[in-house]
Amino acid sequence: MTDTNLLQQINTLSSQTLQLCYHCHKCTAGCPVAEDMQYGPDRILRMVQLGQKERLLASHDIWLCAACETCGTRCPNEIDIARVMDALRQIAIEEGVTVSEPDALKFHKIFMYGVQMFGRSHEMFLFAAYKLWTMHLMDDMDSGIALITKGKVPIMPSLVKNRAEVSKLFKETQAREQESRGGDSE
Amino acid sequence: MNSEMNYAYYPGCSLESTACEFNASVVAVFKALEVGLHEMEDWNCCGASSAHSVNQNLALALPTRNLAIAQKSGMNVVMPCAACFNRHKTADHTLRNDPEKRSMLEEMVGFNYTGDIAVLTLLEVVGKQIGLERVRSLVKKPLSGLKAVSYYGCLLVRPPEITQFEDPDNPQIMDHILEALGAEPRTWSYATDCCGGGLSLTKPTAAARMVGKLADRAQEAGAQAIVTSCPLCQINLEMRQSGSKSKMPIFFITELLGLAFGLEDAKGWMSKHLISPTTLLKDLNIL
Repeated sequence: MTDTNLLQQINTLSSQTLQLCYHCHKCTAGCPVAEDMQYGPDRILRMVQLGQKERLLASHDIWLCAACETCGTRCPNEIDIARVMDALRQIAIEEGVTVSEPDALKFHKIFMYGVQMFGRSHEMFLFAAYKLWTMHLMDDMDSGIALITKGKVPIMPSLVKNRAEVSKLFKETQAREQESRGGDSE
Repeated sequence: MNSEMNYAYYPGCSLESTACEFNASVVAVFKALEVGLHEMEDWNCCGASSAHSVNQNLALALPTRNLAIAQKSGMNVVMPCAACFNRHKTADHTLRNDPEKRSMLEEMVGFNYTGDIAVLTLLEVVGKQIGLERVRSLVKKPLSGLKAVSYYGCLLVRPPEITQFEDPDNPQIMDHILEALGAEPRTWSYATDCCGGGLSLTKPTAAARMVGKLADRAQEAGAQAIVTSCPLCQINLEMRQSGSKSKMPIFFITELLGLAFGLEDAKGWMSKHLISPTTLLKDLNIL
């Protein structure tokens, strides 16, 4: 299934012009996580050009991008590919598709939930909620215990006083997305 | 002259927890340098690597609220955390160059952007604005014999049109600071390679592979330690180093400044590390 609107949608959301890509592969050649990816950054760009939305949103690659910006810095057409990955993640979340790297999605959701609640990131909450939700309960136990005994993860969150102001930014940006999508989001 | 220097300070969330020794050493070092550091009133999380994965406008709006606070203070703001720096610098770049987004962000946050405030890295403030001469003048215990590689990672240097950092392929500022402290910076080709910090929890196998490569290359370059200015790199480099080889300590640059300045608190910072640097420092008679 080809989505003829996808290219324009990604261009707008990422502030890039993907038609400029002529597939020199420089991005994939220098990508530090290319070996963990299914396609690599240049094929991701090609799939956007071709409107292959379902394959893109189901790919591991959009969640494996470490946003290191190596590709964007080297791109001869100055395409910031990390922002394209961000735009694809955003669409995957908004459309509620089943993602290939559920742990990454859970991490981002918990992180942002914490920021909306406290105004700042609370690492104890983040680690605990992430472990429970992903069921990676025993992973990194040694480091976790060391961090706690060294007093590096405070139990109580550091709170922003004017949390309403921060929360308002969440609501307004979400409302704006729904509006731009014609109110079809949940 | 230095008593006239004042900066707004944005510590960021990591410096309140997993990188508490970074925060403590920044504050102590600025005090020793006699440069004013004023924590911003009621700052919020910049959204780090998650906001831009979820909602592009939110990823700009969160740091914009902080830029409004800094603007009100009238002081340039120093950000030790590379991720926070990158997010705020991205928002600042957008406010400066994209009129449409600017009016959206101004309306959301409720302020008028003037562009008078600069978002600065700790390395630029210490290495350029305060200056190496001043740094050198405070060194009481030179870090003689300490061989280290400077590690910048991604977010301080890329994308270059946003970070406006020195040469994105071959930055030198951290080496210059290390030299001023009497340490011996080693040359290597991986100073701006990614450590995979953003994947440390969600794809630990990839992060471990990337960290392993950096630790191996640092050792090959003859380094005993890696020096960084990013809390996400630091914890990832400590947590994901594995294998049979002895693990390499990962310092924050301000910890080394504090040690060379002979600051008493420095010993306490060392006890916060997951890979203890104490043996190395004692062997070199630095601690």
